[in-house]
Amino acid sequence: MSGQPSTYQPKSGFTRWLDSRLPILRLAHDSFVDYPTPKNLNYWWTFGAILSFMLGMQIITGIVLAMHYVPNATMAFASVEHIMRDVNYGWLVRYLHANGASMFFVAVYVHMLRGLYYGSYKAPREILWILGCIIYLLMMATGFLGYALVWGQMSFHGAVVITNLFGALPLVGESIRTWLWGGFSVDNATLNRFFSLHYLLPFMIAGVVILHVWALHVSGQNNPIGVDPKSEKDTVKFTPYATVKDGFGVALFVVMFGLFVFYMPNSLGDVNNYIPANPLVTPEHIVPEWYYLPFYAILRAIPNKLMGVLAMFGSIGVLFILPWLDTSKVRSMRFRPKAQIFFVIFVINALILGWCGHNPPDKFAIPVGEGGLTFVWLSRIGTAYWFAYFVIIMPLLGIVEKTRPVPDTISSPVLSGAATVEKA
Amino acid sequence: MRRILSVIAPVLALAIAVPALAAEHEAKLYTPKGGWSFQGPLGSFDQGSLQRGYKVYREVCSSCHAMNLLSFRNLGEKYGPFYDEKFPNPADNPFVKTLAHDQEAPAIKGINEETGDVEDRPGLPSDRFPDPFPNEYAAKASTGGYVPPDLSLIVKAREGGANYIYSILTGFVEAPSDVTVPDKLYYNQSFPSHFLGMKPPLADNKVSFDDGTPSTIRQQAKDVTTFLAWASEPKQTERKRLGLWVMAYLIGMALLAYGSYRRVWKNVH
Ligand code: HEC
Ligand code: HEM
Repeated sequence: MSGQPSTYQPKSGFTRWLDSRLPILRLAHDSFVDYPTPKNLNYWWTFGAILSFMLGMQIITGIVLAMHYVPNATMAFASVEHIMRDVNYGWLVRYLHANGASMFFVAVYVHMLRGLYYGSYKAPREILWILGCIIYLLMMATGFLGYALVWGQMSFHGAVVITNLFGALPLVGESIRTWLWGGFSVDNATLNRFFSLHYLLPFMIAGVVILHVWALHVSGQNNPIGVDPKSEKDTVKFTPYATVKDGFGVALFVVMFGLFVFYMPNSLGDVNNYIPANPLVTPEHIVPEWYYLPFYAILRAIPNKLMGVLAMFGSIGVLFILPWLDTSKVRSMRFRPKAQIFFVIFVINALILGWCGHNPPDKFAIPVGEGGLTFVWLSRIGTAYWFAYFVIIMPLLGIVEKTRPVPDTISSPVLSGAATVEKA
Repeated sequence: MRRILSVIAPVLALAIAVPALAAEHEAKLYTPKGGWSFQGPLGSFDQGSLQRGYKVYREVCSSCHAMNLLSFRNLGEKYGPFYDEKFPNPADNPFVKTLAHDQEAPAIKGINEETGDVEDRPGLPSDRFPDPFPNEYAAKASTGGYVPPDLSLIVKAREGGANYIYSILTGFVEAPSDVTVPDKLYYNQSFPSHFLGMKPPLADNKVSFDDGTPSTIRQQAKDVTTFLAWASEPKQTERKRLGLWVMAYLIGMALLAYGSYRRVWKNVH
C-alpha cells in the first residue's frame, strides 16, 4: 500500500512549478485519488468519511455560533436564545451544532465498533487505533465543554458533577478542582475557560485526525475479511470507487441528521437545559448527554468515589491496550464464531449500561414483586462484563477459540475452503 | 447468525417492556380535544388560537409570570399571533404598536429624559414584555412563597411539553379524601408532586374572546398553551417548512449518489 511509487503527473506549467517546490497536489493525488482501497469494504467503512464530514460541520457551525455567543455567566443563556430567536437562521446553526454533536458520536461509535469487530486495531494498526482513541477522548472533552456553554440547569450542574470527580483524587484533587474552576465554585471564570477550550479542542482533534489518516495510509485499510490485499486484483482506486461510495454513505447519514435538525431537534437533549442555570436549585436527576451514559453508569456502579472515577477512565483506557490484549491470530470476527457472540453481548451490554446511566441508581430496573434488581446492581453486572470482555475474554478466546478457515486473498474467498463462510 | 439473534431477541424484549411498565406510575398527561395545530412535521400554529392565547397570557398569567425573552415586535413576526403580510416589518404593524402602547399592568418603565426619574411610559414594539415583579422576593411575597417561573421557554423546559402545560392548567381537581393539602399549596392531578404553589389561574368566562369562541377553562388552557408553545420557539414553523425542502433535496442527493455508486462499481467483482 504505502511506499508505492507516485503516479502523479502535473499537467500545467503552474502545477509543474508548484510540484517541484511544494508537492501538495501530489500528496493529495496519492492519498485521495490513486490510493488503493480494498475492494470488499462494506458500508461500515463509510463512517470514516462521515466523521470527517461531521468534524467539518461542527467546526463551521461552531465558528458562526461563536460570533453571537457571549461567554458570561449572566448573559450566556440569553445569548443562546438570542441566536435562536433573532439571528438570521441562528436556530438552524444552533440545531445543526447541537444535533451534530450527537450525530458525531453516533458515527464514532459505529466507527469504533467496526474496528472492534473486524480487528482493525491489530498489528500493524496499533498506532492508528490509539490515535483514534485519543480523538475519541478529545471528542468527549469537547462535547462536555460545549454543553456547559449553554449555561442551563443541566449545563451547570453537569459541570459541577464532572469537575467534582477530579476532587476525588487523593492529595492533589482539591487543588486540581480549584484550578479547573478558576475559583472556588463553577462560575463565570469556569464558563470563560470552558469556552476558550471548547474552541481549541476541535482543532486539536483535526490535528490528530491528520495523524490518524496518515497512519491509515501507511498500514493501509483493513477490510471485512481482515486479509491484507495481495495484488492489484484485490483493490480499487480511491477515486472514483471509494469517493462515490463514501459520498453515498455521507448523503444517507445527512438525511438522518436532517430529520433530527428539522423535525425533532430537542429529542436528544434534556428539558432542564431550557431553564437558566441556578446554583441554588439542583435538578432532581442530573444526567449527562446520551453519549456519556454508559460511562456515567460505570462511575456510579462503584460505591467508592475515587474507585468509580478510576473505573470510568479505565473503561476507556483499556481500549488503548486492546491491541495487546487480543491474542487471536485471526483479525476479522467474521471467522471467529465465538468472538461474534461475545461481541454482540458487548454491544447490548453497552446499551444496557447507557440505560442504567439514564436512570436513578436506586430505582428498580427489573422489578420483582416488592423488590427487584436496581439500576446500580445492573450497572455493576454491566461494568464487570465491560472489563471482562477486554481483559479476560479477548486474551483467552484468542487462544482457545477454533476459528473458521480464512481465505487467502480478498478475490478468492469462494474458492478456498471458505465455502462455509456465512454471508454477513 | 441465528444463534446471535436468539441472544438479542430476549434482551431487546426486556429493554422495551421494562420502561413501559415503569411509565404506568407517572402523573397523567392530557391532550386537548382536536389535538394541537402545531403538532407533526406539517403542523403550523392556528393564528386565532395564538391571538386568544396571548389575550389569556396578558390578562391572567402576566400578573405573576414574566416572559423575558419576548418583545412586542415578536407578536407580529411571520407565523406569529398578529402577523399581517401587509407589514413585513412587525414594528410597522399597527396592531402590534397598539398592543405595546396600551400595555398597563405591569407597565413599561423608562427614564424621563428631563427629570431623570424612572416612570411608566407607553410601550413600543421593541420593548420586552414587562416583568410583573421587580425581583424574586417581591414575587414570593405576593404569591405565598413560590416564585412563578418565566414562561418564555416553559413548553421546552418541561417533560411532556404542551401536553404537560395543558394538563397542569386543567388539572386542579378536588384532592382525594385521604390527602391533606398543605397550606398555600393547591392540589393538581398532573403536577408530579401534586402540590402546586399556583392558585388555579383560569375560570370559565374569565377572559372574553372577541371571535365568539366559548371561553371555557379547557379552551383558555388550550389557547394559552398554544401561545406558549409558539413563544418557546417562534421560528418552529419556519423550521418545519424549510425542512421539507431540505429533506427533499437531501433525499434527491442520496439517490443521485446511489445511482453514481452503482454505475461506478458496475464492473468490480
Ligand atoms: C397568582 C399568580 C399566578 C398566576 C396569575 C399564574 N401563575 Fe402560574 N405559577 C404561579 C406560581 C407561584 C408558580 C410556582 C408554583 C410552584 O413552584 O409550586 C406557578 C407555576 C406555573 C407553571 C410551572 C409548573 C411547573 O411545572 O413548575 C406553569 C406552567 C404556570 N404557572 C403557568 C401559568 C399560566 C399559563 C398562567 C395563566 C393562565 C398562570 N400560570 C397564572 C403563580 C401564578
Ligand atoms: C474525529 C473522529 C474520527 C475521524 C474523522 C476519523 C476518520 C477516519 C477515516 C477517514 C478513516 C478511513 C477509513 C474509513 O473510512 O473507515 C479512519 C479509519 C480508522 N479509524 Fe478513524 N476517525 C475518527 C475517530 C476514530 C476513533 C475514535 C477510533 C477508535 C478508537 C478510530 C479508529 C480507526 C481505525 C482503527 C481505522 C482504520 C480502519 C480500517 O481500515 O479498518 N477512528 N478513520
